[in-house]
Amino acid sequence: MNLDFTSEQDMLRDTVSRFLANECPYDRVKELEETAEGYSPELWQKMAELGWLGLLFPEEYEGYEGQFIDMIIIQEEIGKAVFPNPLFSTVIQCGSIILEGGSEEQKKELLGQIAEGSLIMALAQYEEDGSYLSSGIKMPAEADGDRYILNGTKMFVMDANISDKLIVAANIKDKGLSLLLVDAKDTGITITKIPTIGKDNTCEVIFKDVRVAKENIIGSPGNGLEILEKINAKAAVAKAAEMVGSCKACIDITIDYAKQREQYGKPIGGFQVIQHYMANMLLAYDTSYNYLYRVACMVDEGEDFTAEASALKACLNENYKFVSERAVQIHGGIGTTREGDIGLFYRKAKSCEYICGDTDFHYENLIDKILSANPI
Amino acid sequence: MDFKLSEEQQALKQEFEDFFKREMENAPLDYQNRSPLEAMYGSDEGWEFHKSMKKKLAEKGWLTMAWPKEYGGREAPVIEQLIFSEVQSYYRAPGLDGFGVKMFAPTLMLYATDEQKERLLPPIAKGEVQYCQGWSEPNAGSDLASLKTVAIKEGDHYVINGQKVWTTAAHRADHIFLLARTNPSQKRSSGLSVFNIEMNTPGIEVRPIEYMNGVHIYNEIYFTDVKVPVEERIGPENEGWKLTRATMNFERSGVGSFAEARRSFEELLKYVQTTKRDGKALIENQIVRQKLAKLYIGIETGRALAYKTAWLQEKGSLTFSAAAASEGKVFGTELRQQVANFATEIMGLYGQVEHSKWAHLNGVMIDGYQMSPGSNIAAGSSEIQRNIIAWVGCGLPRFN
Repeated sequence: MNLDFTSEQDMLRDTVSRFLANECPYDRVKELEETAEGYSPELWQKMAELGWLGLLFPEEYEGYEGQFIDMIIIQEEIGKAVFPNPLFSTVIQCGSIILEGGSEEQKKELLGQIAEGSLIMALAQYEEDGSYLSSGIKMPAEADGDRYILNGTKMFVMDANISDKLIVAANIKDKGLSLLLVDAKDTGITITKIPTIGKDNTCEVIFKDVRVAKENIIGSPGNGLEILEKINAKAAVAKAAEMVGSCKACIDITIDYAKQREQYGKPIGGFQVIQHYMANMLLAYDTSYNYLYRVACMVDEGEDFTAEASALKACLNENYKFVSERAVQIHGGIGTTREGDIGLFYRKAKSCEYICGDTDFHYENLIDKILSANPI
Repeated sequence: MDFKLSEEQQALKQEFEDFFKREMENAPLDYQNRSPLEAMYGSDEGWEFHKSMKKKLAEKGWLTMAWPKEYGGREAPVIEQLIFSEVQSYYRAPGLDGFGVKMFAPTLMLYATDEQKERLLPPIAKGEVQYCQGWSEPNAGSDLASLKTVAIKEGDHYVINGQKVWTTAAHRADHIFLLARTNPSQKRSSGLSVFNIEMNTPGIEVRPIEYMNGVHIYNEIYFTDVKVPVEERIGPENEGWKLTRATMNFERSGVGSFAEARRSFEELLKYVQTTKRDGKALIENQIVRQKLAKLYIGIETGRALAYKTAWLQEKGSLTFSAAAASEGKVFGTELRQQVANFATEIMGLYGQVEHSKWAHLNGVMIDGYQMSPGSNIAAGSSEIQRNIIAWVGCGLPRFN
């Protein structure tokens, strides 16, 4: 057992933290939220130069062979800064799918471009009824000679509006769920941003007779489910890391405020009612934080972490909402304003809840996994 | 970073597991269906079982594994202590007199005379005596320093008058370590001293406090002109307060709560898989599934925190572990309460049934439901723990 970070990991955290504090303070986050792109291409390039985009990829694909835990550290720091950027959709979701199921050619071509910051990607899986289940994916991929034809609507596709390519989950007749690599600029594709509480790049993507060459399948026809379930679990852990970081920021910001803000001639942080709120917030954070790294270690060690990924994401769905809500309450009036920073977290907590599965979905998944591990 | 136990630690864990699994087969009927304090101190059979287990743990050297070598311990690393606590708690096994081994012994090692150490430490190490803790009074609970019991020096002895309350196991204990006011003109934490007193000393009267379910764990103790020789005072006169702060590097992650909760979770899981209501197994009920998911998350996140707490304690990071110990205590006791509450809700009408032929899971859950408020109050209430978390963990100011 060794629960310490390596000195390289400490350095990585420090670098990410300083970079984001300098380049994207909370005022800049609010500005980016108002733009159509919802991210900064300039900062995206810098992230590529710092090596974060290729961190998880093997060396032969322009990567750095980092551990999953390294990415968790980056995600945690991104969460502290509530930094809007397409790393999650491009690297953690799509990059991991390509690495997991892609052909040698796809890996060579796409992972290198992701690593150098010239390719942004989005994962289109959910549809109009809002199901998280693979059975909710109804879109057909109709075979037509050496192509598939896509028709239908994908919903809640993060960063589709800024993507060059999409990975689309669709059903091939007699084969099942499959993952297709689609050019986002195809004339048959219409992408529209959906207004959400997260003020992020959540999009609707409509496909009308979109033709995809058969070689643009990731993996083989019908193995999309296997890849998707594995990557969704991994992505849930990475999203949870971001949420853990956000909880920490909420707590630090609120502690500072509670020490400075005076009422009745005393800092409000001295009042026990505030102290007990803060104690509960710290408890929620410390339990989440330590469990996060336990699960991240399982990922790196190649253990089955699917039950734990669900437990972790469900935990953070609840804890991030709890911590950010209490943080706003302790801030009083200023906490409810656009000017104040803490409201950012309250909104993001809600939007993070839906990414990679809400609480009910993960409770259900967790119990399924526990039951299959403990038959009567 | 990795959470895996080393081969040595794994072997140690296996040894603990084999031992407790085997020994608990000899537990009195119903022993494991009661919460730990009740099982140990609430019945004569349970008490005898606790005593025999204590001796066995002493023989194995496990009772005092954390003690310094000069006192017969082996200064076991915190992680090894954690593994021990986890296994012992999972098996609901008795055998540890925490008052003697973990509270009074460190005080003796730091402050007692050589004569006192030689006389008092070996019986604790051998598991031959039971201590109780004479701190709380009717008007001195969380605010311990306001205590009023007096010990007035008269020649070669002290005369003690006053009352202690909520004293766990006083009716079973051989000795009490008492905090009393030796200088009544001094206030609060000044003018206090610590005494080692035999419970059969004339003038000591123990009266049971029945817990809400009728169980006898807690007591009141009345001291009326109790004469205690000067040699039984530990440490300097009037400086007893600092003795109450004496601790050793005992594991204090609260891992036991999470292990206990895990055991209950496993029992509950089997129960909902095998129990039918309205023609369906309980596990098919959505609400039941959600409750189980919440418990699992509480248990696993709490356990991760406990491991981290032990790890940092091992490395000497005391500031963190002070707040984290409070976090483990409050999170662990409230989680156990939630386990009992959810379990008795899931059982429906049968949730209310105590140990009897009608009881489900032998009544262990309704027992936990009743005993858990006591755990949220004893050994530093949840409110005090939250104050400490806010002061130490968040660095918030402390008024008064």
